[in-house]
Amino acid sequence: MKMAYYPGCSLDGSAMEYGLSTKRTAEILGVELVEIEDWNCCGATSGHNTDKLLSLALPARNLAIAEQTGLDVLAPCAACYSRFRNTEHVVRHDPQIREKIENVIEMEYKASNDTLSILELLVNKLGTDKIAAKVTASLKGMKAACYYGCLLVRPREHTGFDDDEDPQSMDKVVQALGAMTVDWPHKTECCGAALATSRPDVGKKMIYEVIKNAKAAGAECMVTACPLCMMNLDMRQAAVEKEYKTDLQMPVYYVTELLAIACGDAPRKVGVERHFVEAESYLASLPAKAAAIEAEEAARAAAKAAKSPKARKAAADEGASAPATAETAGGPAAAAKPAAAPEGASPDGDLEKKINAMIKGLQKNPEKMALKLIADEERAAILAEIIKSDEKKVAKLAELMISDKDKAGKAADAYVAGELKKRAK
Amino acid sequence: MGKALQLLPASASDKALLARLEEEAGTSAKLCYQCGKCSAGCPVGFAMDNTPRQVIRLLQLGLLNEALDAQSIWICASCETCSARCPRGVDIAALMDALRREALKQGRINDKKVAVFNQAFLSGVKKFGRTYEAGLLMQHNLLTGQLFKDAELGLPMMKRGKLSILPEKIKGRDQIKKIFDRVKEQGGE
Repeated sequence: MKMAYYPGCSLDGSAMEYGLSTKRTAEILGVELVEIEDWNCCGATSGHNTDKLLSLALPARNLAIAEQTGLDVLAPCAACYSRFRNTEHVVRHDPQIREKIENVIEMEYKASNDTLSILELLVNKLGTDKIAAKVTASLKGMKAACYYGCLLVRPREHTGFDDDEDPQSMDKVVQALGAMTVDWPHKTECCGAALATSRPDVGKKMIYEVIKNAKAAGAECMVTACPLCMMNLDMRQAAVEKEYKTDLQMPVYYVTELLAIACGDAPRKVGVERHFVEAESYLASLPAKAAAIEAEEAARAAAKAAKSPKARKAAADEGASAPATAETAGGPAAAAKPAAAPEGASPDGDLEKKINAMIKGLQKNPEKMALKLIADEERAAILAEIIKSDEKKVAKLAELMISDKDKAGKAADAYVAGELKKRAK
Repeated sequence: MGKALQLLPASASDKALLARLEEEAGTSAKLCYQCGKCSAGCPVGFAMDNTPRQVIRLLQLGLLNEALDAQSIWICASCETCSARCPRGVDIAALMDALRREALKQGRINDKKVAVFNQAFLSGVKKFGRTYEAGLLMQHNLLTGQLFKDAELGLPMMKRGKLSILPEKIKGRDQIKKIFDRVKEQGGE
């Protein structure tokens, strides 16, 4: 696939990570981008605040140049995208104004080509299956609030690729990368855009509301496809924290950054280290979180299996040797049953014996066992405390140590990280 | 609002102005039945003197001067939530836009900071063909007399290679200047 590419002013400057990662996204997915020759600024909000004809003519010059190539246009910046879609709409529906525009730009322009947002390209043109097939470093463990803002989905007559109240396209992309997305009410609420500069008293409150709501919905990071949203959520987050005397610490990513990273790029290759709110360590914490989730999933599946009549019978058969806790689904040993419970009573019983022995070992000598899982002495000491106080975690660790040592290490790491976070609060 | 107004039939000039604004916005204020959904969902409503619904009501009553003098039209962030949700299909955001441009034309700007920002932004585009982010920040601060505003952004941005000191210029700068000139000839900007 070949597309005309309109980076817009931000992607060369304040949003350079968006520029870098959009190019990487295109490369990964096999889309050839041809930058529009000698493109100019679209005029953005200042243009349509000032003069209607000017706000149409500035985008039209770029679109007319692209039209000569016969290619559709990719405009990753939500503001540029909105101005382009608006111009296309007007030119298609109002021949009089089209003539005016053509006179002003001294070029023919019929709006025969379409401008696409990055989300439209990813979801509607390429499809999430194609994206999922390229993922080599899943973002499992990530809890993201997808933030669409205003201009990507409004007004529906101009954009039309997604719902304007509860859009889903970005969620689908982020899910295809392995992450979990939260359902939250501020998906399309405005961040204030340039008001943060012209009227910070108004803008800061708007930014605060958006981040606060993402946090309340359980998100650990936010994802955007707009340079202005990024500028407000990321660069101005510290000022907002100061104004509202609160600690937000919310890393924000461009959807294209996440795509490139999930497809194997190092975060620094797409510029994540340039963010204002430190965003690398959250990415680094994902494998441990993923291991913890997997352990939980395994435990849940095991608990379910234990509830099934077959497993109950197996447990009853083993009753003599297995401890009493195995009979109750909520007990540590039952919760620790592996996800794929082997057929037949005997291997199942063997495994349970091993796990119970491991639990005993862990509880008898927590300090020594913790060092087996974590090399760092300080962190191992914390793990030992967790082992002493949390039966459920001990059961999970025991199960993992028998089924997959690597995962046990990762889960242990995640427990310690969680504990440290709790203490920090 | 809190101000008592004497309602008289709208003058012919006010009626003509409203008709022009409605045409430019491609919508009609008369359709509005004042349900207030626009204002309930407006993310900047908290900072407005007249809510979007009230601005539309002013237009319906032919109180054009009051609408043009509302601070609201400058605080509006053009997010278009109101237009998306209006059950009567009134394009409120487009009317706000038209009011803003008319107020600018008449020189009755009730929130100078927003107008100054727009002016600084467009002057960069006219000169270079692209946004000049560093120049924009500096010019905006000079014109509004807040020299060190956003200083917490400028320096870290430069350190991260996100703000170049020099503007980026396009080859077709003369074309861009002509676009601005011709728009002005047609009575705009």
